[in-house]
Amino acid sequence: MSDYVTLREPYAVSGQQRDADFLGMYLFLGAEGMMFGALFCLAFAYRTVHPQASALAARHMQLWIATANTAILLTSSLFVALAVHAARNGARRVTAAMLGVALALGLAFLGLKGVEYGIDYRDGLMPVIGHPAAVREGPAGLFIDLYFVVTALHALHLTIGLFLLAWTAAVVLARRKRIPAQAVVVEMTGLYWHFVDVVWVFVFPIFYLARG
Amino acid sequence: MTAQPVLQTPEERESYLNAGHSLRSWLLSTDHKRIAILYLFAISFFFFIAAGAAALIRLNLLTPNGTLLSREGYNRAFTLHGVVMVWFFLIPSIPNTFGNFLIPLMIGARDMAFPRLNLASWYIYLGGGLFTLYALIAGGVDTGWTFYTPLSTMFANGHVLAVIAGITVAGFSSILTGLNFIVTIHKLRAPGMTWGRLPLFIWSHYATSLILVLATPVLAMTLILLSAERALHLGIFDPALGGDPLLFQHLFWFYSHPAVYIMILPAMGVVSELVTAGARKRVFGYWFVACASLAIAAVGFLVWGHHMFVSGQSAYASAIFSFLSLVVAVPSAVKVYNWTATLYKGDILLDPPLLYAMAFIGLFTIGGLSGLMLALLAVDEHVHDTYFVVAHFHYIMVGGAVSGFLGAIHFWWPKITGRLYSLTWGRVSAAGIFFGFNLTFFPQYILGYLGMPRRYHVYPPQFQALNVLSSAGASVLAAAYLLPVVYLIWSLRNGPPAGPNPWDAKGLEWQTASPPPTHNFDTIPVVDRPAYDYPLTRGVADE
Repeated sequence: MSDYVTLREPYAVSGQQRDADFLGMYLFLGAEGMMFGALFCLAFAYRTVHPQASALAARHMQLWIATANTAILLTSSLFVALAVHAARNGARRVTAAMLGVALALGLAFLGLKGVEYGIDYRDGLMPVIGHPAAVREGPAGLFIDLYFVVTALHALHLTIGLFLLAWTAAVVLARRKRIPAQAVVVEMTGLYWHFVDVVWVFVFPIFYLARG
Repeated sequence: MTAQPVLQTPEERESYLNAGHSLRSWLLSTDHKRIAILYLFAISFFFFIAAGAAALIRLNLLTPNGTLLSREGYNRAFTLHGVVMVWFFLIPSIPNTFGNFLIPLMIGARDMAFPRLNLASWYIYLGGGLFTLYALIAGGVDTGWTFYTPLSTMFANGHVLAVIAGITVAGFSSILTGLNFIVTIHKLRAPGMTWGRLPLFIWSHYATSLILVLATPVLAMTLILLSAERALHLGIFDPALGGDPLLFQHLFWFYSHPAVYIMILPAMGVVSELVTAGARKRVFGYWFVACASLAIAAVGFLVWGHHMFVSGQSAYASAIFSFLSLVVAVPSAVKVYNWTATLYKGDILLDPPLLYAMAFIGLFTIGGLSGLMLALLAVDEHVHDTYFVVAHFHYIMVGGAVSGFLGAIHFWWPKITGRLYSLTWGRVSAAGIFFGFNLTFFPQYILGYLGMPRRYHVYPPQFQALNVLSSAGASVLAAAYLLPVVYLIWSLRNGPPAGPNPWDAKGLEWQTASPPPTHNFDTIPVVDRPAYDYPLTRGVADE
């Protein structure tokens, strides 16, 4: 690590401050994980109670778009990891560039997700709006509504992540956060982005792949 | 530490209290001690609001036909009482005031790990609380604090959505506070302050924080799902679509049962401090008490199904939940035995803090034993949804948690303000609360056992005598709650200066001045002794 770190109250030692930042972030992500965990438990419960209806509903989901999005998101996490590596080495422009690529991939994910929602709307899967399709009647409707809740909350987290990526790239580039001294900023943003990725890794099999 | 021969008044010395006098210096302070004071004001405000609703309930129940409140008004009154007491008083009460004030002092740190987050947490809490209160009073909610579906999603009138939004927001304050505590305890302990030397107050707050961080998100998500179903008519729990309202109860109690331990664990931590200082003895079985906190937090996550014994969940699940609910009583009992053993042959001074601690032990034991009865399937079938349950959880929440809170105020008031209050009046208020509390809630055990259901604004005339006793007790309790407000405020101007360590206690917080300076310690202390380093036995000079 670098020997020059900006210390905040109440810290006297840089290692202590860094450890505290990491522990705080992990705990926050643990709390976030419990939030999504509640949703996954719900999905599990309804799949146990209504296995056929859930599989039927899953067959209405856009598997290829979701597969492409999985690849895009995992790749974006690779670039975030490269950005963290570059930040630790003090490579300012490389850090910002890697974050920029991840940002572009994240935007691509959101764009594809929008296309997917459009298809869902056309198919009559959307709650509240559109002409409801026959599949929305009964227990399959529970699965579909849960799919919208989970993917919308995931998209919300991803959007927050996009702002974080943009902000981090900007402050690193403008030298408002110096690296490697303040590389912890990149590390925190990176952890958050990986979390968004991990959530999707659960969403993909639960709502798209398990259709048998 | 050496005692100062001539005690300075708090005004004469630099301290966190006179570090700035403007409103801004309080509202934008990141000093954990000032934030604790901000919380103290906020939770006291919510306490008296919710207590007012309780007074309405007890007044209404003076007569069998409920002359004071309409059915709707009664439902709204007990919902307001429950929502505000649970989320805006009990959960933040001890952790956010005393935890905030004491954790850095007890472990020898200058502040919390994330001071700005700490202040943000107060604003989130206050915003959520005021919004909820406004919605509860302007629109009214009649679902009870549990928001069971489909009542809350399809049938309830009033501002259900707004109240849920307020509670969800306040939940994030809980998460951030718990996160701050855990990181502080892990990373900011003074040199030599090993895990085995931590005061038990810290261990219980550590356990509480784990629940705050891991259980609160599930409540937030459950309430978000509830809002989606109520506002957008999404199918989540709707039985018409094949959904299951019981799932809501599972998710709700997955948070709300551990939340009971969020309320009681910090009070247990307080009692550990009060008992050792009051008996002038080392705590009996340090590691047992410390690990009991963790065990309560861990097992507490696995007992939620005992709220649903009569809901139609499978008998197998009920049996497991019943067993686990009995298991969670073991570490609680370990604590009670260890406090009692600590008092045994102690050098006891019956000062107000110890009186409150003993009130806690007695009332918590009664509440806990009735909890064991409720954990048994056969008994629960009989008394489910009666006043027996109401009496049980008030013995834990009011007899336990509120006694712990008041004990903490009476113990650390000299540290917080630098002034001593009248010990005589303190003893009077402790006795009054003990008497008034028992008179209010013991008759409710009998009422429940005889079959009086909860949440009705009318009841059969044969229950009137016990209800009048209960309401009379509530008036004693109300007077006894107001008493400390009077003499504590009086002490702010007229109390004698307390000095750094008026109780001759051993925690690190007593080694700095009262009130502490802004940076807590002039030099960060180095710890080389175990917690509660009192003389080992009578006659053996240990120091």
